[in-house]
Amino acid sequence: MNQYAALIPFFPLAGFVIIGLMNTKLPKNVAAILACGMLLISFCLSLGVFMNISGQSNEVQLAPWISVGSFSASFTFLLDPLSSIFLMIITGVGFLIHVYSVGYMHDDEKHNIFFAYLNLFVFFMLILVLASSYLLMFVGWEGVGLCSYLLIGFWFKNKSYNDAAKKAFVMNRIGDLGFLLGIILLFITFGSSDYHIIFPKAQGFMSGDGMITAITLLLFVGAIGKSAQIPLYTWLPDAMAGPTPVSALIHAATMVTAGIYMVARSGILYALAPVSMFVVALIGVVTAVFAASIALTQNDIKKVLAYSTVSQLGYMFLGLGVGAFSASVFHVMTHAFFKALLFLGAGSVIHGLAGEQDIRNMGGLRKKLPITFLTFLVATFAIAGIPPFSGFFSKDEILAHAFTSNKLFWVLGVIGSMMTAFYMFRLLFLTFYGTYRGNEHKVHAHESPKVMTIPLIILAILSTIGGFVGVPESLGGSSQISHFLDPVFKPAQDKMMLLEGSSSVSEVALMGITVAVVLASILLAWYLYISRKRVPAAEGARLPALQNLSYHKYYIDEIYTALITKPLDKLSEFFKNIVDNKLIDGIVNLSGKATEAVSDLMRFVQTGNVDFYLLAMVIGIACILFFKLM
Amino acid sequence: MTDLKAIPLDWYILLSSILFCIGIMGVLFRRNAIIIFMSIELMLNAVNLLLVAFSAYHNDAAGQVFVFFTMAVAAAEIAVGLAILIVVYRNTKSTDIDVLNRLKG
Repeated sequence: MNQYAALIPFFPLAGFVIIGLMNTKLPKNVAAILACGMLLISFCLSLGVFMNISGQSNEVQLAPWISVGSFSASFTFLLDPLSSIFLMIITGVGFLIHVYSVGYMHDDEKHNIFFAYLNLFVFFMLILVLASSYLLMFVGWEGVGLCSYLLIGFWFKNKSYNDAAKKAFVMNRIGDLGFLLGIILLFITFGSSDYHIIFPKAQGFMSGDGMITAITLLLFVGAIGKSAQIPLYTWLPDAMAGPTPVSALIHAATMVTAGIYMVARSGILYALAPVSMFVVALIGVVTAVFAASIALTQNDIKKVLAYSTVSQLGYMFLGLGVGAFSASVFHVMTHAFFKALLFLGAGSVIHGLAGEQDIRNMGGLRKKLPITFLTFLVATFAIAGIPPFSGFFSKDEILAHAFTSNKLFWVLGVIGSMMTAFYMFRLLFLTFYGTYRGNEHKVHAHESPKVMTIPLIILAILSTIGGFVGVPESLGGSSQISHFLDPVFKPAQDKMMLLEGSSSVSEVALMGITVAVVLASILLAWYLYISRKRVPAAEGARLPALQNLSYHKYYIDEIYTALITKPLDKLSEFFKNIVDNKLIDGIVNLSGKATEAVSDLMRFVQTGNVDFYLLAMVIGIACILFFKLM
Repeated sequence: MTDLKAIPLDWYILLSSILFCIGIMGVLFRRNAIIIFMSIELMLNAVNLLLVAFSAYHNDAAGQVFVFFTMAVAAAEIAVGLAILIVVYRNTKSTDIDVLNRLKG
């Protein structure tokens, strides 16, 4: 099985090469079928790997890569429970989104190149999770960043979309620098970047070792950039400029979880650095609440979902930070299902309303887009954490671990999930309930074609039942997923020596509290947006202070502009006007002028008078002789 | 050989120096190109004389061989120089070197 497993990433690569090279020469439907087919093959292989993995980890060496002195790196894939789960998510959800894109992108003039990019993205994402060394992971890491840039700026004729793409790229670069420094430190400390060398060696280190702490913090900087956490999260909401399937695949289900994957993969290192763990948990939970509070007042359907993604990623980091690695991976999985579903549902709405994204101009769509409505409803239940939908199990497992580790984290987490429930139901009510507020004559809302609704239905089923693989023991389940991942996280868990204190009774009580709070905020949303038929204020209207702050995203973009961009611009201007124009150009011009001036003097020597030349020659020879003889 | 050595070497050196200086003076102070050539010839032959004298006193034939080379090269030099001079004369109707000041910087 393993030798076939090595082929998994190369089918999407083949798809990219073929579609990319043929481009417009390929008929649209051929390109679409090719792209989806490649993903389907990869998915089948991934399924095979997943079925056969049974806890052990295998390395598949493909080819040597770099070998310089004592340093060597090779293309080696690692197959273990963790990577196999990610394989399933990437190829499975990826395939569904590819199929959906066939309908969504059907009329786009760059249809074929879109599928080429999507395939390339899947290739790099698979490299990222299959890599058996940090170096190879970095290749995938950069590759997905590139594809993200290409796809955010897919409609590059729009300048603001282009700016969004650049913003995403720059923000990611900041994170990547941290990741790269982390890899270099790893190499200095362990002499290699291969997992199978680093992880066993790391077990010999003391807990709280300075080097390990530095490494993990630097790696986390990378994760912050890629997974859109405070303070580098601002690119993700802007990344919604890309086509909606891209938002679903890259900016919700897969790429942004790369940071989670990387931290989970380095679990043993983090387990040795309590400081880093605390930082991870803190940033996670603060981001979760912060982003959720912004989502409360946004009016763009995709922006709400974008902030919700940032918030959910925060939960995953909270889970990692409190040592609940398998719970975080579980949440990655369920989040991939319901967030992909939400984005695709939003895409279906946008498609049906001919490009309208403002929820103030929607409403009453539940009759016109019944399938979209039902699937969106399921996803909303899942993300809000209502049992027995998938989000409930994964989020509550994270919160239960947070409770054991630090009560404050748990409180913040519960506040976050309260907000999550509110903004999701606000979105649902404003979009699908009430009466249509848009221009009825201009736009004829219509349900999307089957090729788009079928992926929605499949994802809705997954969002409903996906949680059952991780039903905790306290609810009579067997938390299969955490047993499945145990071989990977065992060393890290041992190092942490978790206090398995909370009895199942208090776990159930915690769940009860969370669910009650969530239901209360759903009722609040119901009261505001259904009973009182409230509609968010129009652009430019005066809002109460707090609401205003949230609506303007706490002016974070403006603060960054004032604190970082503006001073940088000023510095550049200084360097351009003073250093470059005056100093550097001055030196260059001075050397020219000096040559000219000296030449001006020297030309008087050239008298044209042969007598003078002869005299000069004789004197010269005499001088040489004189000095020679002296 | 004895005849040669009857005259002390100093005198040869003195004669050569005087001839050489006359040549230099001629080169520096005359305007006529032909005279300058003659002065150069004088300088060359002053050196030749010196070489031959030393050669004789040191019983070393190398000096005399060297003189032959000098004479051959001088002949070639004069041939080229006079050819240039003829061209200059055709253009300027003069052999005065002060006329040749077109290369003034």
